[in-house]
Amino acid sequence: MLEQQLVNALSLGCVYALFALGFTLVFGVLGVINLSHGAVFMVGAYVALQLVSQFEVPLWAAVIAAALGSGIVGMLIDVLILKRLRKRNAPHLIPMIATIGVAIALNSGMQGIYGAANMRFPAGLVPDDAIEIAGLHMTVIELVIIFLSFALMAALMVVMKRTQLGRALRAIAESPKAASLLGINVEGLFLLTSFVAAALGGVAGVLIGLYSNAVFPLMGQPMLHKGIAVIILGGMGDIRGAMIGGLFLGFAEVLSVAYVGSTMRDAVAFGLLFLILLVRPQGLFGKVLERKA
Amino acid sequence: MEWFDNFWAIYSNLVLTVGTNVLLALSIYLTLSCGMLAMANAAFMGIGAYTASILTMNYEVSFPVALLGGMAAPMVVAFIIGKPTLRLSGVYLAMATLGFGEVVRVVVLNTESWTGGALGLNGIPQLTEWWHIALAVVLALAVLYRLRRSKVGRAFEAIKEDETAAGLMGIDVANTKMLAFVLGALLAGLAGALNAHLTFFIGPNEYGFDRGVEILTMTILGGIGSLAGPVAGAVILTLLPEVLRGFADFRLVINGVILVLIVLFLPKGIWDPSLVRTWFRRRSA
Repeated sequence: MLEQQLVNALSLGCVYALFALGFTLVFGVLGVINLSHGAVFMVGAYVALQLVSQFEVPLWAAVIAAALGSGIVGMLIDVLILKRLRKRNAPHLIPMIATIGVAIALNSGMQGIYGAANMRFPAGLVPDDAIEIAGLHMTVIELVIIFLSFALMAALMVVMKRTQLGRALRAIAESPKAASLLGINVEGLFLLTSFVAAALGGVAGVLIGLYSNAVFPLMGQPMLHKGIAVIILGGMGDIRGAMIGGLFLGFAEVLSVAYVGSTMRDAVAFGLLFLILLVRPQGLFGKVLERKA
Repeated sequence: MEWFDNFWAIYSNLVLTVGTNVLLALSIYLTLSCGMLAMANAAFMGIGAYTASILTMNYEVSFPVALLGGMAAPMVVAFIIGKPTLRLSGVYLAMATLGFGEVVRVVVLNTESWTGGALGLNGIPQLTEWWHIALAVVLALAVLYRLRRSKVGRAFEAIKEDETAAGLMGIDVANTKMLAFVLGALLAGLAGALNAHLTFFIGPNEYGFDRGVEILTMTILGGIGSLAGPVAGAVILTLLPEVLRGFADFRLVINGVILVLIVLFLPKGIWDPSLVRTWFRRRSA
């Protein structure tokens, strides 16, 4: 059954990658480790869940609404908090701590409104019988996740590498000050990046809520921990690295559950990370900036 | 003194938790003051808690010996993992040490015969008295205060400002960092051991990612410019959820918002001497 395990690993890896894309985008452009990404992800799942179960909105529309909802939350975080910290030139840990506060507020706010209980999307929203391809079983949602994560990664990479917008973003990542001197609207692009990253998080929230059939206030926290491991593995801020790191983690986890034992699963992500950092301190694809005396 | 007895009956646990949190905040302050963002403190706290509890429960050693064990075990572990990890810097060091924490958690989960696995350890004798914690806090503060003014403390400061330059000045960077890391582990282990003998129960999930982040938050929000910062941060962040109890379901929302407000409006942390000074000057003028 190795083939089936590999297919499962592929879909799990794409789940991680989908989450990590937005996370790494914010780090790459804004230079912030956004610990509220898990909460934004959860908000997206709740927006879609409410629309689908209360108002019987079709799923595709709910996904778009989730992207918008999460995106707006992301923009608010940028305007209300991160922008002020940038103005003040706060050291890099400070924005991270602020996003912890945001995550606590969002997570427990949602818990206050809907309770801590696990909620589900209505049964039959997506066909849940497995499709058989060459003897391997996959569900529709797994196929969607795999397709979408590759498509989004490709789209992001094309935008970053080939378009004027991408060039501007890379210039900002290099030096916001120099970029603004070149006439780039730095604040506008920070806002846009926050929106896009959070919207990606919201879409990931809906899909992963469907994939694991569970929507609950703290659903973003385990993903956040894995997401951190993924972007470190792939190299911080590297879009292709987020994909490769996600797949790497997915394969490592599934295979360790299959051949070592399920209790080790949670140690795999960070155990691997620990080992890889010892050998390659900059992550698998990161570049080193070293200063020697 | 009747009001005090009442107060103590209700709030003694909270006050003592403040004490252990102060120790934890000081433990991460130690590594931060040497320029390292090491986040293994929650794991070291767990190692200390488990070691001390296993010592008192299975081997029936006296409390001071258990405390010593709870300090020694994390120091040894810190020494072993410090060698390879302390070469890392910045976020990468933070992540590697957080990763180490997850590994510790899983090891605890999988050594059931010793640690009780996912069920945790139950029925730890309540040996911690209030003055143990008070003494530990006072001692830790005294030692750290003395350390700041010593050659070692100045070496910490130099490494924090510029590692390469500190090395060129003849400071033994690797060993000094290791010292800060091991001392931090000692403090965290002590906090864990004291806390375990206070709360009766410990479980593997108490020492995970969230605890690590919480310890860091206390210290950063308190301010790392002086010793008073981590203390103020630990006290305020521990008391905050209790003070906000009136908001019931939404108290953590307010808690999160307050964290954000502190970051936004107190750039140097809660403890900012210059802010206090300007405030008083304005009043007296």
